[in-house]
Amino acid sequence: MAQGFPGLTGERAAGADDRAESRAVARVRGLTRRFGERTVLDGADLTIERGEFVALLGRSGSGKSTLLRALAGLDRETGGDLAVDGTVAVAFQEPRLVPWKKVRANVALGLRTSGGGASGTSGGGPRAAADKALAEVGLAERGDAWPLTLSGGEAQRASLARALVREPGLLLLDEPFSALDALTRITMHRLVLDLWERHRPGVLLVTHDVDEALLLADRVLVLDGGRIAHETRVRLPRPRPRDHPDLSGLRATLLARLGVTPEDAPQDAPQDVPGGPRADVPGETP
Amino acid sequence: MSTSSLDLARPQTRAEPRAAARARPSPATLARLVSPLVALALWQLASGTGLLPERLLSAPSTVASTGLDLLRDGTLTDAVATSVRRAALGFLAGAAAGIGLAVVAGLSRIGEHAVDPLMQMLRALPLFGLIPLFILWFGIGETPKVALVALGVAFPLYLNTFAGIRGVDGRLAEVARVLDLSRLGLLRHIVLPGALPQALVGLRQSLGVAWLALIVAEQVNTDAGLGFMINNAREFLRTDVVVLGLAVYAALGLLTDALVRLLERRALAWRKGFLA
Repeated sequence: MAQGFPGLTGERAAGADDRAESRAVARVRGLTRRFGERTVLDGADLTIERGEFVALLGRSGSGKSTLLRALAGLDRETGGDLAVDGTVAVAFQEPRLVPWKKVRANVALGLRTSGGGASGTSGGGPRAAADKALAEVGLAERGDAWPLTLSGGEAQRASLARALVREPGLLLLDEPFSALDALTRITMHRLVLDLWERHRPGVLLVTHDVDEALLLADRVLVLDGGRIAHETRVRLPRPRPRDHPDLSGLRATLLARLGVTPEDAPQDAPQDVPGGPRADVPGETP
Repeated sequence: MSTSSLDLARPQTRAEPRAAARARPSPATLARLVSPLVALALWQLASGTGLLPERLLSAPSTVASTGLDLLRDGTLTDAVATSVRRAALGFLAGAAAGIGLAVVAGLSRIGEHAVDPLMQMLRALPLFGLIPLFILWFGIGETPKVALVALGVAFPLYLNTFAGIRGVDGRLAEVARVLDLSRLGLLRHIVLPGALPQALVGLRQSLGVAWLALIVAEQVNTDAGLGFMINNAREFLRTDVVVLGLAVYAALGLLTDALVRLLERRALAWRKGFLA
């Protein structure tokens, strides 16, 4: 298999070419992954454009995290083609801060690369860049704190700062809000949108929360049977109100795709569920 | 002691309660001093009344004055310097070997297969049973003593550092990978600091073994050091010198243990918020 990570040199090369394909920050073709007898990914195709926010839904065990780990370069046992352009950064479900490094040093660790293309060092050393990133996530005062003294939300914000300081072309978010309480999660959604609009990385957000996907993403994908089984484009301006009428139809579609019948669904979703592979918002007002 | 209890009774200003608490021992600490002091007083009393003959055990006051004499004529300082030098050399050699081998075994399966069975095999050998062999190999000079200390030090450090490295959270190693850290960076920022708490446990164990190994090694064919001083004194029934030598060994052991605890407090400060 060809597994390229041209992030070290590829950023300039890609700029010379303006074809639609070359605008992709990540391209996955026919990705397969087996764990023993079990096939988790079975020829999955996925393209993430530069600056595009993509959410990936799927039941637990559907392979969404496996796909993310492959994109992160953490899984080399996959088959198929996978190419990522630019620096990749990851925020995990647990913040995974290094407990023996103060918060600032944790963020600066993201810059300690050997020519990794992270231009975050421009204008001051890694320390200044780390402080800037911490200020962006609202943790300017916590640079000297030990990670174990942070709250869950603070730790996750520090983890986001560590990812962003690398100025990634592709930001991978692996259910980063699932362990947070509901109020903190709302704040974090705003923060992520804010950071995304400022830095414009391509984002792949793996989540099992349909509402989260609908509120944040340009495109919502459903992973089922080892490949992308459904795709929905959400063409609503942000920030999106949770109870926007256009979202309830999409929510029902996605929940149905995830195997949740409307009766089980938390919201009063419409009964007629369109089953097409694409469901665009404008034509879909219930 | 009476002044400190008076001070404790005085109300403290709110600005420096912590500093005040550190400057004066707490009542609990003082209470713990009572029984050792009573034991010492009884010992002195027993020696003074002739209940405890000088031939068996000297009075604490005799031990103290002998200590001062030997300190003045340089005998004690020379003996301590010789013994500390042996302990330090043995410790450094043993620690380098123990930690180095633990890193080799901890970082790769090949390293583990190469190093660990040998270490487990050697560990089963009785340390002090090796003395005759060491004398045959290294003679009766400094080398067998330093080697015995080194061997005793190497195993606790090896075992604990190896376990510490293997216990490092694999998810943090993944963080290092997604941050494009080099193998050296992974070692420096994740693996070694992660293994440190366990390695420090090994350090404390190995220092205990170091002093023990030194004491045993110094009993054999020595012409300098604390062990020589004690053995020599035994020949002349000088129990005061014997007790003095033992007290110095104990003090040295306590000193190194305190140093490690200080190191622990500094190196593991990140855990404070977690433990408190």
